[in-house]
Amino acid sequence: MNNAIRHTWVVSVALFVSLFAALSLIQVVFSDELDSDPRNSRQIIADAGAPRGPITVEGTPIAESVPSDHSQYDYQRVYNEPELYSHVTGFFSVMSGPSPAGIESALNEEISGHSDSQFFDRITALFTGETVMGAQVELTLDPELQRLAYDQIPNDQRGTIIVTDLRTGDIKAMMSKPSYDTNELAVHSGTAFQENRERLEEEGVHLNYNVAVNRPIFPGSSFKLVTALAMLESGEYEPDTELENPSSIDLPQSDRTLPNFAAGNCAQRGQAELNWIFAQSCNTPFAEAAMELGEDSLQEAAEAYGWNEAMRIPVYVDASRFPETTSDAELALSSIGQASVTATPLQMNMAAAAIGNGGTLMKPQLVDTVRGSDLQILSNPEPEVLNEVMDESTADELNEMMVGVVEEGTGWRADSGRFQVAAKTGTAERGDDTGTYNSWITGFAPADDPQYAVTVVYEGIDLGAGTELTGRQMLTMLEAVIDE
Amino acid sequence: MKSQDHDAHPKPRRNIELLLLLIALTIGIGAQVLVGLNLEDTIDQRYWTEGGVQVALALAFHIALRLRAKYADPFILPIVVTLNGLGIAMIHRLDFTNQYDGVADRQLMWTAVSMVAAIALLVLLRDHRRLRQLTYISLAVSVLLLFLPIVPGLGQDIQGAQVWVTIGGMSFQPGELAKITLGIFFAGFLANNRDLILLAGRKVGPLTFPRLQDLGPLFLAWLIALGVLIVQNDLGNALMFFGLFVAVIYVATSRISWVAIGVAFVAVGAVLAYQFVWHARNRFDIWLHPFDDEIYDQLYGSHQLVQGLFGLAHGGLTGTGLGSGSPQIVALANSDMIIVAFGEELGFLGLSAMLVLYLILFSRYMRAGLGTRDHFGKLLAVGLAMVLVLQVFVVVGGITRVIPMSGLVSPFLAAGGSALLANWLIVAIVLLISHAARRPIVVGPMLNTTGEGASGTEDPLRGRNTGEQDPVNESQGSATAPALKEGESFRE
Repeated sequence: MNNAIRHTWVVSVALFVSLFAALSLIQVVFSDELDSDPRNSRQIIADAGAPRGPITVEGTPIAESVPSDHSQYDYQRVYNEPELYSHVTGFFSVMSGPSPAGIESALNEEISGHSDSQFFDRITALFTGETVMGAQVELTLDPELQRLAYDQIPNDQRGTIIVTDLRTGDIKAMMSKPSYDTNELAVHSGTAFQENRERLEEEGVHLNYNVAVNRPIFPGSSFKLVTALAMLESGEYEPDTELENPSSIDLPQSDRTLPNFAAGNCAQRGQAELNWIFAQSCNTPFAEAAMELGEDSLQEAAEAYGWNEAMRIPVYVDASRFPETTSDAELALSSIGQASVTATPLQMNMAAAAIGNGGTLMKPQLVDTVRGSDLQILSNPEPEVLNEVMDESTADELNEMMVGVVEEGTGWRADSGRFQVAAKTGTAERGDDTGTYNSWITGFAPADDPQYAVTVVYEGIDLGAGTELTGRQMLTMLEAVIDE
Repeated sequence: MKSQDHDAHPKPRRNIELLLLLIALTIGIGAQVLVGLNLEDTIDQRYWTEGGVQVALALAFHIALRLRAKYADPFILPIVVTLNGLGIAMIHRLDFTNQYDGVADRQLMWTAVSMVAAIALLVLLRDHRRLRQLTYISLAVSVLLLFLPIVPGLGQDIQGAQVWVTIGGMSFQPGELAKITLGIFFAGFLANNRDLILLAGRKVGPLTFPRLQDLGPLFLAWLIALGVLIVQNDLGNALMFFGLFVAVIYVATSRISWVAIGVAFVAVGAVLAYQFVWHARNRFDIWLHPFDDEIYDQLYGSHQLVQGLFGLAHGGLTGTGLGSGSPQIVALANSDMIIVAFGEELGFLGLSAMLVLYLILFSRYMRAGLGTRDHFGKLLAVGLAMVLVLQVFVVVGGITRVIPMSGLVSPFLAAGGSALLANWLIVAIVLLISHAARRPIVVGPMLNTTGEGASGTEDPLRGRNTGEQDPVNESQGSATAPALKEGESFRE
């Protein structure tokens, strides 16, 4: 009997050996393979729950990770004053990761502690067992201006306000409505995330892009900053060149006509100087000039301002489009910011900023500094010249023409008692039958010593309401920022 | 395993047990405190109260052994206390997730109930041989226990297996206790009829087949267990009972041919289950193709198994540390799949150490069987050891894809009162057997005290029980007088 017991024992030990073998296969030999299976949510959970570095504005966190107790994720991403910064920061969801637009995704590597410059932090953490802390990102935004922009835009409108320091490219305010509470999408519950996302999308909030930099729309007459540049650069036009100003022209190879804006002052003069035409934003002389100059010179001017090129600031900025035209008719329409020409609010702001800065376009920047968890500076973007758009004399001419827009033209609502404002307005048809327009204004001040560029855009707004809002709000922003 | 306890003066070794017990409590309660430190800010009063309860229970058990079974194996109790403490720690850790709440308290309560019941059994039973009187009562009780869950109104279907009984809101798995009663029946029956089975019978080729009437009750028991388990869809327990059956019959007869017969029975059972039980076929498919998307996504599919493998893999060699993994992703993380939770948070090294503990515990059970002098004791110890080793093998083997997965729980670790109680009662019985194995025998001058023919063993030819030759010792002298009326009357 005892021998049988011993044999049974040996067989049982053999069974155990098979268990050890299987465990070592699973836990050691094939563990990487199993770990990287797409159905394995553990690595995702570990990454999603890891602490992310804060995003700060003047040292105050607007996004930070706090330890989370009752969740499988270690940390909860919390957004302070989310409605003010939602489009700039984007959100970080444990379900879907960082939202595609915004700092959260643009600097995901730094914020999550996985960038190359944080390599040694990670090695150290490996040995000390500490959690790698992500980098801290300080934005260029001015919280007071951002708040002011937020308060300006009516809640029922799709509006964007951008303020940049045109001397450095620093973005001081970048606000779009409708905004939303990013915390609703940073929730750890999958069902809550789903519900909130669907509700916000139903409300018409753009969760996956920032209107200010990712949504190119028809710029309308504000695009005349480009056409005017092309005209001046050609040498055939001066600000005081007299031009024909018919109330409408027939477009070649087409049965369409291109009229001047009926409600404006253009009808007063059948012939006028370029600066007057520019101030009143008459269409026909620009269309004629564009057809005369040809597509190439217009495109050259547009690309000098940055059209047709995407960039990172470090959030992704979509390219504004000035595509090749197929006919003179299309070129004529393009010259006044219609047809197939588009611009993001930021692109239009860059055009004004380049003129204000004497023709030198500074690269817009949203990030002031990136610091490691030990507060050591990882990156500190210096002001960077994006392009020499035009020489200084041309810039001065355009500057003067833009002052005319405010002092005697369509931009009169932006006229300040404190300093001279230079601006260009635009009202674009949207190519649909809603009867609404894109209403633009972009400009800078003080005109004799330009410091800040401001752009205000409303998309899909009634004609009267749009022009009413844009000019006044630009003035408010300029007076607030220059008062500083 | 070769050495036997024939020392002139066996030592009780209770002090070693006490020392090991302190280490065991340190590990178990330490793990619970570690969980608290990792997942809570402060270690509050609760930890000390619960730790105190465990210390008190372990010491009470230890004292009961000192008083009633002082030659009992000194390693069994510390190992079981370690495993039980680690189980509570992991269940407590899983209570911090959204899926579970308050399970650790319930487990501690069940631990207390189980240990008190085990102590009571130890004290009241005094000698394992008295269980031999219950051979046929055990069979009846086993049938009753196994049939209870399919009695309308009592039974409850959980996770496709109908093994639960609910009385007054309390759920219980009576089948767990059948592990003990079937073990007693197999051991008692084979101890009584071993000689007949060995001697009578027809020889066919190399195999000697027993007369049907000798094997009848055994076959009946096997059939009932099979039938009930197929009806209940409880494959894990079916596998365990088959294993128990084969192992005990092999040890009783020492004939490999019996293993062949037993394996044939198991094979027939497996084929029948595969043919007629969807549940079994499903488990088989899951075993072979767990990563197949279709099987992964289906209801009752391989999701749980695959997520368990991910958990183990995530733990890697050293584990994430207690409280730092995500074991709650796996369904039933604190009961059927608690091994995965340990594998994830303690890693291959931690889990292997725990398996080694099981292996040592199993070896001590077998050691008790080797050492004891009566056939019933040997067979019972081996049977109960097989219950332990098969539970571990079926659970861990199922999780690691060595065999198809089936619903058994890891002994002493998993949340669940019924299994805990059953396994603790087994501990009490094996401790008594080991006590009988190691206690010094006071013998008369005429008797041979060593070898198979020593006092206290059965008469091999007549299959008589050990009652009359009961070894004498100071505290145990007149304790037992097993009659075994049933066993004997059956043979006539």
